[in-house]
Amino acid sequence: MSSIKKYFLISCEEAKQICDKMQYGEATFWEKMKLKFRLMWCDTTKSYSEKNGKLTKLCNEAKLKSLDAQKKEEMKKKISTGTEV
Amino acid sequence: MPKNKLNPSNWVDLYADYLFNYTITRVNDSVVAEDLVQETFLAGLKSAANYKGDAAERTWLISILKRKIIDYYRKINSKKGKAEIKMGYSNKEDGEGDWLEDHIADPFDINAEDAMQNEELGLAIQECVMKLPEKQAKVFTMKTVQGIDTEDICKELNITPSNLWVIVHRARTALMDCLENNWFKK
Repeated sequence: MSSIKKYFLISCEEAKQICDKMQYGEATFWEKMKLKFRLMWCDTTKSYSEKNGKLTKLCNEAKLKSLDAQKKEEMKKKISTGTEV
Repeated sequence: MPKNKLNPSNWVDLYADYLFNYTITRVNDSVVAEDLVQETFLAGLKSAANYKGDAAERTWLISILKRKIIDYYRKINSKKGKAEIKMGYSNKEDGEGDWLEDHIADPFDINAEDAMQNEELGLAIQECVMKLPEKQAKVFTMKTVQGIDTEDICKELNITPSNLWVIVHRARTALMDCLENNWFKK
């Protein structure tokens, strides 16, 4: 029993990291279970988890785009030479 | 004495994504947006001597970009002709009905409003990303915006997965605080 308890009892920091991984779909089944267990009683984890989910939702809604790395390198080169190729 | 200074070597890392998102919502074409951002940087470089340092570097670059976007629309408008922006009835048959009523915005069309809000949200997030330390901003963008695999990011940046998650955690925490102040309290 104590070993099960030990397995499920994770620190707040560990719980937050699992929560981060969950935002990217990279948490394992057991990690999710550990997080769920902690969410039952830890308000700090609960608050972090809610905010984190909100951030993921906002990022998805905003449909953020990024210039590709190659294009950025190209721009950097053009800026450093100061001339249009 | 000028408060702000230009640092063109950092422009791409600091502002390229912000300007790109700003442009793409206005021109709706990623290739055109890329070109306009590039033209903005080059125009900025050319007129760097005119920069007085009153405005922040980013504000100054945006003002250049705005002009570039207007120029772009002027150019395509003159190419295609102005028929598409002419409104009104061309013959008598069409003339039946209420011109004003037909052209009023549809109150049930919430898409435009949603799109506007998403655009503002996108820029608010980008502003917060720009405030992050360079490495955090890079890792967050690679992971969240570009959706690159953890393994590939680790290889490219030469970091371990646990390092990556620590960086992601710091970035996300800072972003949550920043958005709390700049988005939800607005």
